[in-house]
Amino acid sequence: MRSPLVAIVGVVLAIVVFSSLYTVSETEQVIITQFGKPIGGVVTTPGLHVKVPVIQNVHRFDKRWLEFDGDPNEVPTKDKKYIWVDTYARWRIADALRFYQAVQHERGGQSRLDDIVDGETRNAIASFDLIEIVRSSDREFQITEELEGIMTAEAVAEITIGREAITQQILERASVITPEFGVELVDVRFKRINYTESVQQAVFQRMITERKRIAERSRSEGQGRAAEILGQKERDVLAATSVGYRTAEELKGKADATATDIYARAFGRDPSFYEFFKSMETLKASLGKDATVILSTDSDLLRFMKGSRP
Amino acid sequence: MARGNWGEGPIDIGGAKVQLPRLPQLPTGSIRLVVIAAAVLFLLFTSYYQVEPEEVGVIQRFGAYVRTTEPGPHLKIPFGVESVTKVPVQRQLKMEFGFRTVRSGQRSEFASPAEAQAESRMLTGDLNVAVVEWIVQFRIRDPKAFLFHVRDVPETFRYMSEAAVRKVVGDHSVDEVITTGRAEIALEAKAELQRLCDLYGIGIEVQQLVLQDVNPPDAVRPAFNEVNQAIQEKERAINEAWADYNQAVPRAQGEAEQLVRAAEGYALERENYALGDAKRFEALYAEYRKAPEVTRKRMYLETMIELLPQLGQKVILDEKARGVLPLLQLDGTVKEVKQ
Repeated sequence: MRSPLVAIVGVVLAIVVFSSLYTVSETEQVIITQFGKPIGGVVTTPGLHVKVPVIQNVHRFDKRWLEFDGDPNEVPTKDKKYIWVDTYARWRIADALRFYQAVQHERGGQSRLDDIVDGETRNAIASFDLIEIVRSSDREFQITEELEGIMTAEAVAEITIGREAITQQILERASVITPEFGVELVDVRFKRINYTESVQQAVFQRMITERKRIAERSRSEGQGRAAEILGQKERDVLAATSVGYRTAEELKGKADATATDIYARAFGRDPSFYEFFKSMETLKASLGKDATVILSTDSDLLRFMKGSRP
Repeated sequence: MARGNWGEGPIDIGGAKVQLPRLPQLPTGSIRLVVIAAAVLFLLFTSYYQVEPEEVGVIQRFGAYVRTTEPGPHLKIPFGVESVTKVPVQRQLKMEFGFRTVRSGQRSEFASPAEAQAESRMLTGDLNVAVVEWIVQFRIRDPKAFLFHVRDVPETFRYMSEAAVRKVVGDHSVDEVITTGRAEIALEAKAELQRLCDLYGIGIEVQQLVLQDVNPPDAVRPAFNEVNQAIQEKERAINEAWADYNQAVPRAQGEAEQLVRAAEGYALERENYALGDAKRFEALYAEYRKAPEVTRKRMYLETMIELLPQLGQKVILDEKARGVLPLLQLDGTVKEVKQ
């Protein structure tokens, strides 16, 4: 009856062997505890490792950058604007031993972080005006001509610190405390910043009023310019017409003068002959069928009617 | 009687003979064969793997990274010693923000669930609110970094994208975001996102960041549209005024031109008539000068020849018979010719 013994010994051996080996993944760091107390340091080298079987236990922690998503918080800024701030952060277990001793699990770490990051975020937001939190630089906005003058003074104010620096400040201040439980905070960022409902309504109202003002201004500018152009039209039309009339009259006047001069010089040579000549022309032109003429026999024409000698 | 082997012959149990049924006799070789075959299959199953053309395979032995394998069929150490994680490094991946494509195809449909809407609303640099939709196209550049450096890369990347776009939008005015600054913002956001990717070491390369629909919030959209309409109205009013001007002024100028031309014509006419009359008179006068008395008489008589036939009533009186005049019946207009 050797086979049952062999089988039992085989099984026990297998258990011992399997419980003395453990793997560490690229993403893991491991702490070995013996009877609940940590033994040795943190095992970070990936691969197959050996431990004392059965009595030593393996506690695995992630080596990677881990998630943290803060709950959105309603926070007032320094200039009393209530905003929803939703931060996210990335952290890692830098000292697994201390982490294990302080919080045991990731969940514990998360909740500690929650308090710390939340607190620092509120502090930071309350210390700065909204414009500092939203903007990262002082770049000037490019506005079209139409929207000239639309911005409030607040909107174009210069910033001294800016979004990036504020998140950096939150990171730095929180990082002072986190090593206490073995955590290194590697990045903190604003995921979302939005107005609270009532503030948003007021902002929308402001946006609407601003736009309506611009619309009104555009319309009246258009009408003003159109009236200007129509006035100019009137002026230019009258100018053209009157200049034309003046030039025409000048020309006519000059022509009349020239003609008169020509006539005077021609007819002036012998005014009495001119008078005679012109009278002859006029008689021919002006007397017609409606004229009754009384002629005397003394006239040059009829004097020979009385006799052949004058 | 003799006790046979199990299954053969009757068995004696205290006198009575019980005949056990005959069992089918398995050849001892086939069980072993089945077991061996199963073992071989299991071995193959855990050691053979295939990497698709757009992937690479990351091999870990007992958790430690050992190698990266190219596309094709491969073998690894079986029974869980080596594990493979396939990472699509050639495939272009896409993330949507502010909307979700429900059905892709020729005309994709966008749905906008609540989460997507929350992604798209953000503050602009002039402390206004805009609604921004965008997509990010990216690929996994470094599979090791992708797998081993940051946990839950998709969520991390999504948050980074939101943070990057909001930061850039927070530095532009709402009008720049909606109209003139779209290209600039997309470029800056892409650069910022890549900077964050490199900072986090997640092994992702951002290929494209493209803004989709960008609008003012629904509540204020009518006011924004009103501005556009007002601008159009303004332009239209000005254009109409100019059209009016361009119709009236050239016409007035034309009419003025016409006046001047007419006057020039008149001037020409006047001058020519004057010259003509003058020339005629001068010619006549030159002849007259040669024989004044005769010319006068001739002219007079010629005029009479022409004139008398066209007259109406003619009465010839002797000079001495002047007394008749009062008794004459005068009808119509009378023109008196006196000598």
